[in-house]
Amino acid sequence: MSSETKQILTTDGIPLEVSLKKAEKKNKIKAFLLVAPLLFFLIITYVFPIGDMLFRSVDDKMVTQMLPKTFKAMENWDGQELPDEEVFAAFHEDFIKLVEDKREGKLSTQLNYTKNGFKSIIKKLRRASKKFEEGNYKEQIMAVHKRWADVEYWRAIQRRAPEFTGQKYLKGMDMYVNEEGKIVSVEEDRRIHRVLWLRTLEIAFFVTVFCFLMAYPIAHLLATLPMKYSNLLMICVLLPFWTSLLVRTASWMILLQQQGIVNDFFVGIGLVADDNRPEMMYNKTGSYVAMTQILLPFMVLPLYSVMKTISPSLMRAGKSLGGTPFVAFWKVYFPLTIPGIGAGCLLVFILAIGYYITPALVGGASGTLISNQIAFHMKSTLDWSFASAMGLMLLSGVLVIYWLYNKIVGIDNIKLG
Amino acid sequence: MASKKDFVKFDKVDKSYDGKVLVVKDLQLDIAEGEFITMLGPSGSGKTTCLMMLAGFETPTNGEIYLDGKAISSIPPHKRGIGMVFQNYALFPHMTVYENLAFPLRVRKIPKDEADKKIDKALSMVSLQGFAARMPGQLSGGQQQRVAVARSLVFDPQLVLMDEPLGALDKNLRESMQYEIKHIHESIGVTVVYVTHDQSEALTMSNRIAVFNDGKVQQLSSPDELYEKPVNSFVAEFIGENNTFGGEVSDISGGKCKVKLANAEILANPISVKGKGERTTVSLRPERALINPSIKMDNLHKGKIEEVIYHGDHTRVRINLLGNPEFILKVPNSSSNLDIKLGNEINIGWNSDDARALDPK
Repeated sequence: MSSETKQILTTDGIPLEVSLKKAEKKNKIKAFLLVAPLLFFLIITYVFPIGDMLFRSVDDKMVTQMLPKTFKAMENWDGQELPDEEVFAAFHEDFIKLVEDKREGKLSTQLNYTKNGFKSIIKKLRRASKKFEEGNYKEQIMAVHKRWADVEYWRAIQRRAPEFTGQKYLKGMDMYVNEEGKIVSVEEDRRIHRVLWLRTLEIAFFVTVFCFLMAYPIAHLLATLPMKYSNLLMICVLLPFWTSLLVRTASWMILLQQQGIVNDFFVGIGLVADDNRPEMMYNKTGSYVAMTQILLPFMVLPLYSVMKTISPSLMRAGKSLGGTPFVAFWKVYFPLTIPGIGAGCLLVFILAIGYYITPALVGGASGTLISNQIAFHMKSTLDWSFASAMGLMLLSGVLVIYWLYNKIVGIDNIKLG
Repeated sequence: MASKKDFVKFDKVDKSYDGKVLVVKDLQLDIAEGEFITMLGPSGSGKTTCLMMLAGFETPTNGEIYLDGKAISSIPPHKRGIGMVFQNYALFPHMTVYENLAFPLRVRKIPKDEADKKIDKALSMVSLQGFAARMPGQLSGGQQQRVAVARSLVFDPQLVLMDEPLGALDKNLRESMQYEIKHIHESIGVTVVYVTHDQSEALTMSNRIAVFNDGKVQQLSSPDELYEKPVNSFVAEFIGENNTFGGEVSDISGGKCKVKLANAEILANPISVKGKGERTTVSLRPERALINPSIKMDNLHKGKIEEVIYHGDHTRVRINLLGNPEFILKVPNSSSNLDIKLGNEINIGWNSDDARALDPK
């Protein structure tokens, strides 16, 4: 740059740069104010709930706050042998306060999550504590039940000391922290979550594949048929899209049940015997069929919007240059539809991985997904922190897939419309 | 050029899309080997349909097309070995220029080193060496056009079809591309069938031009003949500028005819009129009529100057002559000023040979 560059001044004598910035600042504020409502909306409806979920999934303050003195006293305990009198005294003090507030029940529930067997011994302790004499609480508490003399149970209490915990995440992966503080898997016959994660991935993957296989020809027809027919076909694609999800799922229930239309048809054409009707619902088949049909438009629309832009003369060029129709399709047409395939597959996969209503209604026991498990913990066990943890695991799984997709295909290669 | 006269032959070809209207009617057309033939006509005249039938994307409803003596109606496009340049180039946008050119060679399983040589040759033919690694989107319209031409020629087809290839280019580029395509054709001797609706393009490039209208070839001849000797009033009107007089033949004798207009009588060259009393349209090219001719001409009439438009190298003068207010004259600007002023009455003269009495409009 030449050193003689002079500062350009406006007619008022203010440097041009300064007055330009001034003018642009106004525009920037205006622009921000225009997006502010949306930003606010996003924060309230998206950032805040996810933040709350994240917090809830690792929050373990409840026990920490219920037994503050105990945990303070436990700081000096090495955890090898039974804690000394100081800890027992502190625990007694905390416990009496809880009983006064009638909160000891909550403590027992919480501690029971960590180790089975706390419920009864806390009940016993409450009754016994009324008759406790001052001093030598260690002896008195240990006398209530033999488990109170078991160092394992005191270690279990100590494990609840931190305000934050990742144990819900471990539980979501069928793992837990054992007595030695190591992360281990639960026994094989109790690993329900891993099975659910794998099944969720499997069903989402195959639903995506089925959707792709069915949507590609439909989208191609849509893009190439004359307007008259393509409009009709488009309505056929969109009509179910506009129908309530619940209605569509319910209609699949009517179709797929053992005495349903599909089975009647199979019996009618002699494919299966009347007394041997296959079960097509309340298992994986039901989930596959209903989810594929419901998610199909999400694959058709991005594919269609991409195919619409591909000039028919490209296929002609491919053929006139000597390519067979298949070569022309595979080398020319197909690569040009990849942005649409990417968008459609990503959309369907992400929607499928978190699908809830359809698998809940037609999936039965073997066709339910992780989202059903999340709902179960939200509604039935009321273990919200576990539900939050699994929800976040699902979210991060989706983000990983998105990241992988960006690495492989490139996110700017996506075309939704 | 020692060549077959009927390298491509359309034999009584009809084409209808809906079974009601024939877009191509009874087409009979022979194209010689090495010839540059242009199908020229307004849109909807059936020229592109003919090209598509030749390429194999449409099948004739009736009749047969022969390529080098073989009937090709039942051969699919990819087995015809015909190069084609499309209206919007139809370059494969996801492939580099090199890959675009390699496509026809790859599907023919030509070894890579030989293919590379052919691609180099084709690219140098359109002066695009060094562009092999570019994507089509990074090229200008003219460059894309050259790539499309190179791609249609790279596998050495005997026949290349071009469907309005220059339609999307601006005027200057179009003109230089016209010469370029013409030179390529001359240097490699390939047979070219070219479709356009731009008559100046057709006149510049072709050996012969087939003028299409209403599904029929109206006239098939060399550019100069087409311009100088149109056989009907559609061709006369479509190619170049044209002055017309509508009238009735009052006398035919000795290769000349008299045509009676509303208030005068002119001498003309009877082309498609046979006898007295026939309606006719007399066609006269603007440059064939002179103002105040110094030599004797057998038509000489007075007209009034209605409009003078300056065009750089020439001036266009609109004259109200013999009841035709749209009579156009072209006056070269180098010639002495001929008293061309608005409103002046001047003498216009032309030879009866140049005034062609054609079918009535």
